[in-house]
Amino acid sequence: MAARTLSIAITGAGGAGVMTASQMLLDAAAKAGLFGLMARSSGPQIRGGEVAAFLRLGALPVNCLDDRFDVMVALDWMNVERFAAEIVLDSASLVLCDADAGDVPERIAATGARIVALPLQETVKALPGGRLNMLGLGMLVALLGLDDGRVGDVVAKALKKRGPAALEAGMEGVRAGRALVETVPGLPAPPVASGEAPPRWNISGNEAAGLGCVRGGIRFCAAYPITPGTEILEWLAPNLEKVGGVLVQAEDELASINMIIGASFGGTPSMTATSGPGLALMMESIGLAVASETPIVVVDVMRGGPSTGIPTKSEQSDLNIALYGLHGDAPHVVTAARSIGDCLFTAQWSVHLAEHLQVPVIMLSDQSLGQSRAVIERPADLAFFGKREMAAAGVEGYQRYAVTASGISPMAIPGIGGGEYVADGLEHAVSGRPSSAAEDHQRQLDKRARKLEQFDFGRHWADVEGEGPLAVLTWGSCANPAREACARARARGIQTRLICLRLLAPAQTERFAEAIAGVERVLVLEQSHSRQFYRYLRAFYDLPRDTHVFSRPGPLPIRPGEVLDEILSWSARA
Amino acid sequence: MTAINETPTLTAGDFKSDYRPVWCPGCGHYSVLSSLTKALAELGVTRENTAVISGIGCSSRIPAYTNVYGFHSVHGRALPVAIGLKVARPDLTVIVAGGDGDGYSIGGNHFLHACRRNVDLTYIVMDNQVYGMTKGQASPTTPADWNRSKLTPHGTGVSPFHPLAVALAAGANFIARSFAGDPNGTARVISEAVRHPGFAMVQVLSPCVTYQPEQKEWKTTVRKADIVTTSEPDLAARWLMADDGLSTGVMYVGHRPVYRPDLETSVGVDALEAAFAV
Repeated sequence: MAARTLSIAITGAGGAGVMTASQMLLDAAAKAGLFGLMARSSGPQIRGGEVAAFLRLGALPVNCLDDRFDVMVALDWMNVERFAAEIVLDSASLVLCDADAGDVPERIAATGARIVALPLQETVKALPGGRLNMLGLGMLVALLGLDDGRVGDVVAKALKKRGPAALEAGMEGVRAGRALVETVPGLPAPPVASGEAPPRWNISGNEAAGLGCVRGGIRFCAAYPITPGTEILEWLAPNLEKVGGVLVQAEDELASINMIIGASFGGTPSMTATSGPGLALMMESIGLAVASETPIVVVDVMRGGPSTGIPTKSEQSDLNIALYGLHGDAPHVVTAARSIGDCLFTAQWSVHLAEHLQVPVIMLSDQSLGQSRAVIERPADLAFFGKREMAAAGVEGYQRYAVTASGISPMAIPGIGGGEYVADGLEHAVSGRPSSAAEDHQRQLDKRARKLEQFDFGRHWADVEGEGPLAVLTWGSCANPAREACARARARGIQTRLICLRLLAPAQTERFAEAIAGVERVLVLEQSHSRQFYRYLRAFYDLPRDTHVFSRPGPLPIRPGEVLDEILSWSARA
Repeated sequence: MTAINETPTLTAGDFKSDYRPVWCPGCGHYSVLSSLTKALAELGVTRENTAVISGIGCSSRIPAYTNVYGFHSVHGRALPVAIGLKVARPDLTVIVAGGDGDGYSIGGNHFLHACRRNVDLTYIVMDNQVYGMTKGQASPTTPADWNRSKLTPHGTGVSPFHPLAVALAAGANFIARSFAGDPNGTARVISEAVRHPGFAMVQVLSPCVTYQPEQKEWKTTVRKADIVTTSEPDLAARWLMADDGLSTGVMYVGHRPVYRPDLETSVGVDALEAAFAV
């Protein structure tokens, strides 16, 4: 059986501080030795709208939200209907709300959850400098059984800049919230941390992607803000500066992609981060990076599409454009992170691949990974570092695009005497001289394809777990509900294999065949409307005849229970 | 990297490659290429520490005709490629070259923001008021009544763009116009533009003898500007707006701060990780 976790939804008007309180709760829980995940959901308003935080806390690592919520804390009922589809409650759930906030919305009442109204506003008004979110934090720490010392550290860190009076008022609110909840009978049992905790991190997927890039050697980023990728840039801007790099806010995505190509041409490992609409704008120049063999990394934090779509919600629907969006025969690498912590790994690996292969790498993440935070074990130090093969100075007759067995040609960068060449989007001869000759086109197409075909991507191309004739085949953030569903199935005696692809292009035909050997039945799991991943698998890989697809577009996350239901109904047919 | 004073002096010829240009006989761009290589020789730069960046179009073929580092990128994007290069490698001399369609039409937004950003670059626009590579369509600087393109048989009906006035308004730090028919003068202006800190805009009137044969008249109509170089934007603006676009000279030299981020390392990557520790 999966280890016990506690799932909490917190809602309130935007600006009420739901996110701040939730972040503090996650920090405090982490200090107490718990693992946790915090996802966010917000409306389209910039400020003053409604917002919800979804937390799941447990003694073991937590990678996805549960099927339901144990507790909902409603600081008010402002537009809560907008989140009703996401906040799954049932008769075992507890809803804590404000006695003065008016009637409980019908959709919440209809769930059969136990509703406990407490004097939230009344209590806050009685406190000098009292804030509703600190009261909410107090209620939640009481639920989790966290002591005031740990909470105090977290609150002190968060409110440091506001001075001692604000800190005291904050702690007053926490104590008052705790007192309110301690009067409620029948609280759900909190998860209990097991033993001494090794060093852990509290990190978002977007921060992890930024850090992975810097660890891999990125020192230049040019980018244009876009939801939900912006936090990568917000993390990189101050941090690149500290390590001798720079982030340039460009005028648009066309500029971003071309600035990073220019910087990389100059020898500096370079990246940009964007989301679907921005990726679409960049496509022409990603082709330029293919043709000119300029290494770059483009991180795409996917959101609902097409067009402006649903900017604040997750979807895996940029797979097609990432794989097939380039014009011409343009071999490039597409990678995908499968968890918040894996955003670091995959980003660092992507930099390594881009630099080694002198190729653009499109790394796919999504809103549910990028904008969620998790408490994770400190990630291992990785050996991947971007290192391109450079041309030596003073070589007679240097040829930038020399045909080599690996397809990788030593690259000169400005400053290397004798290496002067013109990088070009025009097809070229080995020297770089523009050429439309058939033999030059064939030779360069072969060479650019060979770079990817001959490279040994190693075991990181996918994560393969478990054994047996049933397999769940997935990618990206869907790996998390899939893994949990497989664990629950195993607990019921149903052996399932989980195959989660990290490398989408180039396809790894032999490795895939090996991973799927002995599998008779496959459940393909993805979050898109047109079953993009399934179509990709059909294009590149041999699947068993008995292949079933569970694919749904965003914005609602795919829950482990849904995947388990698929596995159960599917194994019942056996 | 070799310091400039350790290398033997290079001549203009030393900066030319042995590729034969795709340009038509009589094209003004031959002369601009010659002016560029003369300027590079005069500036005393080295081949390995210089880069010429371009987009797409007849004039954008110029990097391959030099033998410094170069990037012949995609249509309209020369400026961002050059900005990325120069910001990441402030030690290099970076020159951007291209045409009026590449710079003012498809690349128009980058032109505005390159002027604003004021990275230390020189931008040479070989302006012939026509798209040559696609066989003679109107560009943003083509007169509104020019009706010799099949695409715009009645003329464009659109007022031509005033690149230098736009550059001034957007914040370019050096603004000049020269004429391909005066290669020595053009070489001098390019040298001055490269030496001046910040974003330097050089419009070179470079006739297209194939699609704009009337530009042969520029030999007689183009003349030196009747002003002295100013650092006053209001004076420069008034002068530029009154000019017919055929006066040459350095019109404006500004003193805005140059965009040059510091690339000094202060901590190791490990230090960045501390913020995530619980």
